[in-house]
Parts: sequence; C-alpha cells; structure tokens
Amino acid sequence: MEFLRFATAGSVDDGKSTLIGRLLYDTKSIFQDQLESVEATSQQMGNEYTNLALLTDGLRAEREQGITIDVAYRYFATPKRKFIIADTPGHIQYTRNMVTGASTADLVLVLVDARHGVVEQSRRHAFLASLLRIPHLVVCVNKMDLIDYDEKAFQAVKEEFRNFAMKLDIPDLSFIPISALHGDNVVERSAKMPWYEGSSLLHHLEEVHIASDRNHIDARFPVQYVIRPQNEEHHDYRGYAGTIAGGVFKPGDEVVVLPSGFTSTVASIDSYDGPISEAFGPMSVTMRLTSDVDISRGDMICRPNNQPSVSQDLQAMVCWMSESIELVPRMKLALKHTTRSSRVMASEIQYRIDVNTLHRDEKPESLKLNEIGRVSLRSTQPLFFDEYRRNRNTGSFILMDEATNVTVAAGIIVGSG
Amino acid sequence: MSITTYELNHLDLLEAEAIHIFREVASEFERPCLMFSGGKDSIVMLHLASKAFWPARLPFPVLHVDTGHNFPEVIEYRDQLIKELEARLVVASVQKSIDEGRVAEEKGPRASRNRLQITTLLDSIEENKFDALFGGARRDEEKARAKERFYSFRDEFGQWDPKNQRPELWNLYNGRIRQGEHIRVFPISNWTELDVWQYIEREAIEIPSVYFAHEREVFQRDGMLLADSDFVTRSDGEELVKLKIRYRTVGDMSCTGAVESEAENLKQIIEEVSSTRITERGATRADDRVSEAAMEDRKKEGYF
Repeated sequence: MEFLRFATAGSVDDGKSTLIGRLLYDTKSIFQDQLESVEATSQQMGNEYTNLALLTDGLRAEREQGITIDVAYRYFATPKRKFIIADTPGHIQYTRNMVTGASTADLVLVLVDARHGVVEQSRRHAFLASLLRIPHLVVCVNKMDLIDYDEKAFQAVKEEFRNFAMKLDIPDLSFIPISALHGDNVVERSAKMPWYEGSSLLHHLEEVHIASDRNHIDARFPVQYVIRPQNEEHHDYRGYAGTIAGGVFKPGDEVVVLPSGFTSTVASIDSYDGPISEAFGPMSVTMRLTSDVDISRGDMICRPNNQPSVSQDLQAMVCWMSESIELVPRMKLALKHTTRSSRVMASEIQYRIDVNTLHRDEKPESLKLNEIGRVSLRSTQPLFFDEYRRNRNTGSFILMDEATNVTVAAGIIVGSG
Repeated sequence: MSITTYELNHLDLLEAEAIHIFREVASEFERPCLMFSGGKDSIVMLHLASKAFWPARLPFPVLHVDTGHNFPEVIEYRDQLIKELEARLVVASVQKSIDEGRVAEEKGPRASRNRLQITTLLDSIEENKFDALFGGARRDEEKARAKERFYSFRDEFGQWDPKNQRPELWNLYNGRIRQGEHIRVFPISNWTELDVWQYIEREAIEIPSVYFAHEREVFQRDGMLLADSDFVTRSDGEELVKLKIRYRTVGDMSCTGAVESEAENLKQIIEEVSSTRITERGATRADDRVSEAAMEDRKKEGYF
C-alpha cells in the first residue's frame, strides 16, 4: 500500500478539527475508547457538543487553554492508501508549525471559510506551500452549508485564490466545496451540490498521483555511516550506509565521490535481505565500491556526469523559528545539510518577504520568529547541494544556535554564490 | 517492492525511515543504547537495528529496565534473542533501586512498579553516561505521544518539556546536546499497531508466546483482565476464571491487561487488530487510566 503524507493548514474557526475528526470518524479510525474519553472530557469542560479537537489536543496545557501547541500527527487508512496527517495549528507560531508539518508532506490541505473567502491567512498558506515546493495543494472551501451550497460563491473564492496563486509556483491546485460539519463532499460526493463535478476530498486524497514527485534523475547518495564489521566472516567488508537522496544507483555504475573527486564503480548494493539491483529514494541501503577510497560520513557519492553544486557560499530562503534569538548579519550558526555538519556565517540578509503580500523588504536589520528572508551564507567547508526546487533532500538544511543547541531556522537553497 | 516504478510500499517506507534514524544516531552520538522491554515494538526495533548495521553487530548495547514483575516467557525470549544477535545487555533493576532506598515500593492491592521505573532508568542513564536512548514509542499509541519528535530532547533531569520542543524538519535531525542531557529517539514514531503486526508477519519475526491466544487464569479489574501472579493482590470479589486470552501489549505483569481472543497466529492477530474498535493502551494498560494526562505526566518526569 502507498503512503500519502499531508499537512492541514487553517485555524479551528475554519473547521479544521471538525474536518479531521470527520475523516478519522468516517474511515473508522477513531476508536471507541478515544471517543468515550473525548466525550467525557467535553462534558466535564461544559461543552455542548463533543469537541473533536480534543482528539488531537492531548497535552494538559492545550486542554486547559483550548489551543493547539504543536504539530500533532494522526494516522488513518483506507483500502487504497495509508495517510499521515500533520495537523498544524493556526493560532500561535503559525509559520514555524506549518513549515515543520509541511516539510515532509506530499500535499497541503488549506481550509477557507466560504463566507469570508480568501483571507490573509489563506494567502500565507499558499505562499508557504509554494516555498516548500509541496507539489499538491487542495483548497477546501468549507461551510458551504452556511451559504446554501451556492455555486457562485464557491466559484468566486476559487477565482480569487487562483489569482493570488498565479504569482506563486504551485504545480497542482484543486478546489473542493465541502461542509465538514455535515460531511458534504468529504468522504462521499454530496447530493446538495450537483453542480460540483469533481471528486470528494477523500477520493482525491486516495487518487492524487505522487509517485512521480520524487527526483529519480540526479543520483545522490550522502554517506551517513561506514559499516566495518571487523569480524571473522566479513573481515574486509567496508560498506557505505545511507539513504538515497535522489536518482537511481545500480551495481556497475561509475561514481564519483565528493569532495575528494575520486572515481570508482558500485560493486554491490547490500541489505540485510540480500543484494539490491536498483536503489532509489528514499531507500536506506549500504553501498560497496570496487576500489578502496577514503570515504567518510558527510561525503557524497554521485555520477561523474551529473554532480551537485559544490560551494562554500549559499543563497537560501531562511524561515526563522526562534522566539528568543534574532538572525542578524554576520551571525555564526551550526548547519546540518544532508549528513554534513558545518559552521556558517549569515553574511547578509538580502530581503525579508511579507508572507501576506509577497512584498520584499530590502536589507532588513534582522529576521525574527516566523519571518522569512533571503540570506547569503558562507560555510567553513564546502557543501554538496542542489536547488531545493530540483531536490528537497539535497536542497534543504537546518540552522542551530551554537550556544543553546536549539534549532533556529529552516533553509531552502535557491542557489550558490 | 516494485522496482520498475520506483515506488515503495508503506512497510518499506517505514522501515527505511527507521533505519535512517538508527544510523544517524549511531553516527552522531557517543553512547547510545536501545531500550528493550520484550514487547512487540521493542522486538521490531531490535530487528530494524540489526538490519541497519548488517553485516556488523549492533554498535550499541540493549537496555532492559527490569521491574522484576515480568512474564517469564518474555525474559526467556529476551535472553535467547540477545544471544542470537551477540548483543550486549544492560539490565537496570527496579528491585535494586528499592533495595538501595532510591525508591519506595507502592502499597495496597493496586501497587505497581510502573512509576518506579523512571528513577531506575534515569539512574542507569547517568551511570552508563547514555546520551541517546532508542525507544519503541509510537505516535498512534497515546495523545501525549502524538506530539513527540523523532529526537526528543531531555534536560539534565531527564525531563521532557512538551511546550518547548525543537522543530523537526525534513529528515534533518538536531542531535546537539550538552553534557548530562540526552535524547530519546523514536524510530518507529510513524508506525501504527497494524503496521507493527504486518511487519512482524512480513519479516517472520519471532515473538513471545504471550501474544498468541492461550488459556490463562485471569480476573476482572477496572474492566481489564489481569493474570494471576505473585505480583498482584486480588481483593474480595476478584474471582479467578480460566479464559482464552492474549496480550496486545506486554509490560509489567501487575498492570498489563489481557484481551479475550481466539487469535492463535499472526494472520488471525492482524485480522483482529484491523477490526478492533479499542486502542491497545485503552484495552490493556492500567497505568494510563490514572488520569486523562497520566502518560504526559510520567513522560515529563522521564518515562519512556
């Protein structure tokens, strides 16, 4: 069975929790004891109805304050697919949570209240989805029941959203009119909107084509760990373990190792279950080469005729995630990119982007929590990377504060130099 | 695995994700260990770790926090498995913590050593200077666990601060810690109970016999079926009955409940798990029934 990972964006007021609750309930993914516990807690809190948000809001502070603190992960399955939902809250630290939840997503589901149309928040969702290169964006126009399932209103929202999205790069954009509360077009097509000819949300999630979203062209293998058994049976064994970050590797392939530039040939691709004839992302494998070259963690194995950029200078879109620290020019940070760790200096903040209007604020003094900007970085050692738009695995990095060790930023590589 | 279309099925993807994390931790930490309870999740974890480093042996020891209230079948299974894998076993004993006065045994008919394990575990982490501990917790198990990261940071007191977790992006894990702090690592975070069983079947992994339906003397308590053993005190009215049961989770004998079942093999267990309407912890764990946030409270103190 295939997996689909999707992130949901929106606030409680958009009916996001109700929608997730309905997807889980209608696919029989809520268990009896969970439902009973939620019902009991709802009653105890004096709610008039069973508050399905309590299913995801599990922490004490969340229940007490009626907010969602963090990204929550939910799981459900249909006979066709298994789903992982990264439910990202809208109230606080919005950008940080959505970037976190969406970083591993194949699809982002954005909720829009049919009565209010495209609001500032919807624009922010669309921008972040395009920044993170999520290939599929589904806009659920919710609360159709409150506007008498009016087709014209739906079309107006659709047009408005499309106009904004045209400025962005979103390969696959769909619109579904729904009522999460009544279940219209969520699992089954609704009889109340005969004018809508598309599929229900669940059907769309089951059918959307994601297999071609991964990069199977540019062969990239960041070496993660060197396996040397040092026992009798495998005395001379030296295998390079890691996760394929792009393209396809086969025994017999000619390869080049970065940074040394040595060339060799893939002798075999090993696994516990036996040799592998073709390895592709995101398989975790062990590669052996025909010649003895010095390779360690952080090196990159690729093909001689298709190599990543090698540079100490990066251009990146940086999403700042720290409440207490600000990014200022000339700041030094720890960086992790593929399996490589390095120190970097943020030499310049070129501009900060207003995620609501897409306006560029040139040469800002700093980047604060939830702000996104284009930053020039200089690394102490060369990095082997591709543009994020070409490969998410070799085009992304994180920045960590060297004093507190906290992750302070997500980075998306847009170029070198 | 279908090679021509470059697609992986859900078990292949979950396995690849877990193996990636095992290798990442082995690369970046000085003294990792794998927490092993003898339950199905930790058995799957050991299997995944063996795959990650094959043909080498595990580059870290296996840690068992032993409450002394074990199913004998599980201890037997543990020792056999450790021997086969040629792994190193570290046992942290709750009994020893009690004998040394580090913790006091709970009293009354519902006494359990569940909470006492926290001290034993944290002492063992300090003694062995472990800096990364693999655990088999899954996000689908429990609502506090649904908020866990793959790398879950613990301060020098072993505490979890759910409101102040490090953001986790792509597959780039932040393993930076200071001396005395550690990371709990959950490679099978994204697995569901059903995934675990399907994987056990696919990989033909041996599991302790208590997971399969068998006849046992049990009694009812708080809507759960508990086995008769030296570790529980039955009160009046808690009559023993012989039923055909199996365990969905395996923990301390004093607080792990059984479910009535006819599932005698993996295929039948998978059928049972796919049609059940009760979560595994809801059905079988007294330790989670203490309060709505019982798991969160224990986790904050340093629980698994």
